[in-house]
Amino acid sequence: MAITVKYFARLREALRTNEESLALSPTWPTIGALRQALAARGEPWGALLGADIQCARNGELASDDTPLTDGDEIAFFPPVTGG
Amino acid sequence: MAPRLTIAVQSADFDPGVEINRLHQTDSSIGAVATFVGLVRAHPDEDGAVTEMVLEHYPGMTEKALAKIVDEACARWPLAAVTVIHRVGPLRLGERIVFVGCASSHRAAAFAACEFLIDYLKTRAPFWKKETTASGESRWVAARASDSERAARWR
Repeated sequence: MAITVKYFARLREALRTNEESLALSPTWPTIGALRQALAARGEPWGALLGADIQCARNGELASDDTPLTDGDEIAFFPPVTGG
Repeated sequence: MAPRLTIAVQSADFDPGVEINRLHQTDSSIGAVATFVGLVRAHPDEDGAVTEMVLEHYPGMTEKALAKIVDEACARWPLAAVTVIHRVGPLRLGERIVFVGCASSHRAAAFAACEFLIDYLKTRAPFWKKETTASGESRWVAARASDSERAARWR
């Protein structure tokens, strides 16, 4: 029962990590709850609460309401700037 | 007939002429090809001239996001072929970043789909640019409200 969490661009640099594996917890049933739990680790994790930080679940844009299930790959990142 | 789709995320450069030929040469029903090529620019009007950039992306999501955007374009316009190529990794001033090409029977669909694709790509595909200036400083490019506004026009 685990999920993978990935971080990109300036968020990856601020958190000094690009990926971690977490045991799925009933205390964070949604991406929003996961975001809060990670931010509660203290600095620099507060960066996850930035109003512009977006999220994806299994490669598709998601929202804080999106539920988490076993094996999910969740990603947090700043607004995209390609093209 | 289903449109021919080519989507690539790569570090290598591409040849726009070759890509244009590929879009139309096997299909004589095509009367128009519209293309967009994005380049690394200096924008000296802003703080510190850019000399190079690194493009980061989210492998796994990038291809999915591009495929979704291309599918949406195909649902909106009668397209015979679409090519989207986006480069990643280090890129120097003047280098090509992205190619969008749309082939259709007539120009209206090709033009509109091409503009839609680059507008959506800029706001929905997981790429991030980090620029390095002449003084050696590097900074993440900030998202532009004007890009979101352009994408919103298509809703």
